[in-house]
This record gives sequence, C-alpha cells and structure tokens, in this order.
Amino acid sequence: MMTSIIIAVLALAALAAVFGALLGYSSIRFKVKADPIVEELDAMLPQTQCGQCGYPGCKPYAQAISEGDDVNKCPPGGDAVMRQLAERMGIEPQELEGEEKPKLIAFIREDECIGCTKCIQACPVDAIMGATRQMHTVITDECTGCELCVAPCPTDCIDMLPIEITTKNWQWNLQRIPTQINTEL
Amino acid sequence: MSNYFLLFFGTVLVNNFVLVKFLGLCPFMGVSNKVETAVGMSFATTFVLTLTAALSYIVNTYLLIPLDLHYLQTLSFILVIAVVVQFTEMVMHKTSPTLYRLLGIFLPLITTNCAILGLALLNINENHDFVESIIYGFGAGIGFSLVLVLFSSMRERLAASDVPLPFKGSAIAMITAGLMSLAFMGFTGLIK
Repeated sequence: MMTSIIIAVLALAALAAVFGALLGYSSIRFKVKADPIVEELDAMLPQTQCGQCGYPGCKPYAQAISEGDDVNKCPPGGDAVMRQLAERMGIEPQELEGEEKPKLIAFIREDECIGCTKCIQACPVDAIMGATRQMHTVITDECTGCELCVAPCPTDCIDMLPIEITTKNWQWNLQRIPTQINTEL
Repeated sequence: MSNYFLLFFGTVLVNNFVLVKFLGLCPFMGVSNKVETAVGMSFATTFVLTLTAALSYIVNTYLLIPLDLHYLQTLSFILVIAVVVQFTEMVMHKTSPTLYRLLGIFLPLITTNCAILGLALLNINENHDFVESIIYGFGAGIGFSLVLVLFSSMRERLAASDVPLPFKGSAIAMITAGLMSLAFMGFTGLIK
C-alpha cells in the first residue's frame, strides 16, 4: 500500500519535473525581447490609465507611439510629456490635441457626497480617499485631472477646478527657451 | 485507411464535441460574438487538441499504465494540457508574431476548456491507439471549429435582426445553440 503511494508520488513528481524543465528551458530558448522603446515611452507617460488618448491604457498608447502614432494625445501629461515623447522619437513636437486647458483637479463638494465610493473605483491613480457612507475627498497632489470620476458620481458633487497657483506649483520654465513651433500661422 | 476516415468524420459530425457531447460550451458561447475571434479560437483549439491527444497518449501508455496508476489520469492530463498550452504560446511568440497576435489571447483560455480534458479521457475510454488518438483529437478540433464558426456567423446576424425583447442577447443565443444541436442529431446513423 505504502509503496504504491510512493510510486504514484514519484511518478507524478518526475512528470512534473520533466515538464517544468521543458518549460524552463523553452522560456529561455524562446525568449522574446520586448521592444525596449515601448518600455521607455511607457515610463514617460503619466500612468493614469485614463484612456483619453483613445487607447485602453498607457502601455498600449506607448506601443502605438512606437508604431508611429502622434505624441500629442495625452492630456494628463500635457506639454511636458509631449515634448519628452517627441524628443525620444526624434520627431517635431506637436501641438496638444484640442486647446490646452488650464490644469484642473477634481474637487468634491463634501456636504453633498453620499459616500457611494463610485468615484473611488473610477479613479485610476487612487487619488480619492473615503469609505462607504463616509464622505470622500480628493488628494490634491495625486489628482491628474483626468475627469473619470465626474461621470459616475450620482449626486454630481464633483467639480473640476483649476489649481490654485502658489509659489510651489508655479511653472518657472527656467530650462525652456521660448521658440515659435508653428512658423506657418 | 477507411477506418481512420470514418473516425475523423464520425468525430466531426456525428459525435461532435460541442453539440452532441456538450463539451467546450464555455468558449462556444463566450467567443462566438464575432466571426474573426471565432476563427482565431478555432485554430488555437484545434492545434492544442491535436497536440494534447498525442502527448496524453504517450504519458498514459508509457508512464501511467506500466506503473498501474490509472487513477492519476485526470491529474496528469491537466498537467499535460497546461504544459502544451504554455509551450505552444512560447514557441509561437518566438517563431510567428503574427499568429501569436491572432491567437495570443485565446491560448491561455484553452487551458480551462473542458473539451481538451474530455478528449484525453475519451481517447482512453475508447482504447484508441496512437494514430487514432491524433485523428480523434484533430477531428474534435475541426468539429469544434465548424460549429463555432457557424454559430458565430449566426450570432452576427442575430445581433442585427429584430429580436423580441424577452429573447434578446444570451437567450436567443441559447435557443439557437439548442436548435443547432437538434440539427446535428440528424447526423446520427450517418456512420455505423
């Protein structure tokens, strides 16, 4: 009785070991290098996964850029990210799609919030704090202004407000030399 | 030779895995919304079915039967299927990126397709030899593909047609599948 159990265990272990070795070997032998440029572009994107570029997330957009898509489709990244992407791809910077809005962040009118947590689930960067039946609030530093939380709110208590400009978040533009991009206006 | 031929057509039409044996219903309902995805899934499944049939036969004949371990069949076949799927995915990723992009998402899904485990176990029940096992596996794959592609093209038409409200969506798909199954029962007796 005991020996038959041991035989069974050994046989299965041997089978598993053979298969494991096969898979281990083939994972090295058939390794496919991911295109390194996609990783680089992905690292530049803000990782909000907001989908405003028309792709389901930042990585698919990075993939699309590497295949020749425009670099100006990322509103959360704004001008700065667009320039980085353009430089990495070796192409001219493009105007951001649509007119550039002032940077907005979400603001919850807290006395109207019913604590349904729907905006928390929608937020791609976990910038909304709160719990069920507890009032929610937005962590200002984390919010990227992607507006994904506005639609799910059942009481419409989320506003997109411009960031108050302080000396901390004022864009000094010390590194940038202003030049005309579009000469044919 | 005619023996193999009969086995093949018997598996495709008379003993169709989906509509007669009711195996692999999950992808049958799940990926039949579009013809393109259905074709992708069909190719991937046929490929994995054929490979699994061969490999599970080898494992059964040269490992399980000599050691008298019949009760480990299910367990070891699951292992075989998982390995075949994983291995196929890796090789395909390396050798044919186009095919990988077409089948890529479907391959991991196939691991949990009961038609494949069913095939491995049925092969043993019916005492198939090595060649018969492979033909049975390939026939099962072709049968699955045939039904899946037919069904998905029907569902594309259903999506565009005016279905009464209580039957909309999955309900009419279920009824269609049932009618297809009835139609396939008409093949019984085609091959003695």
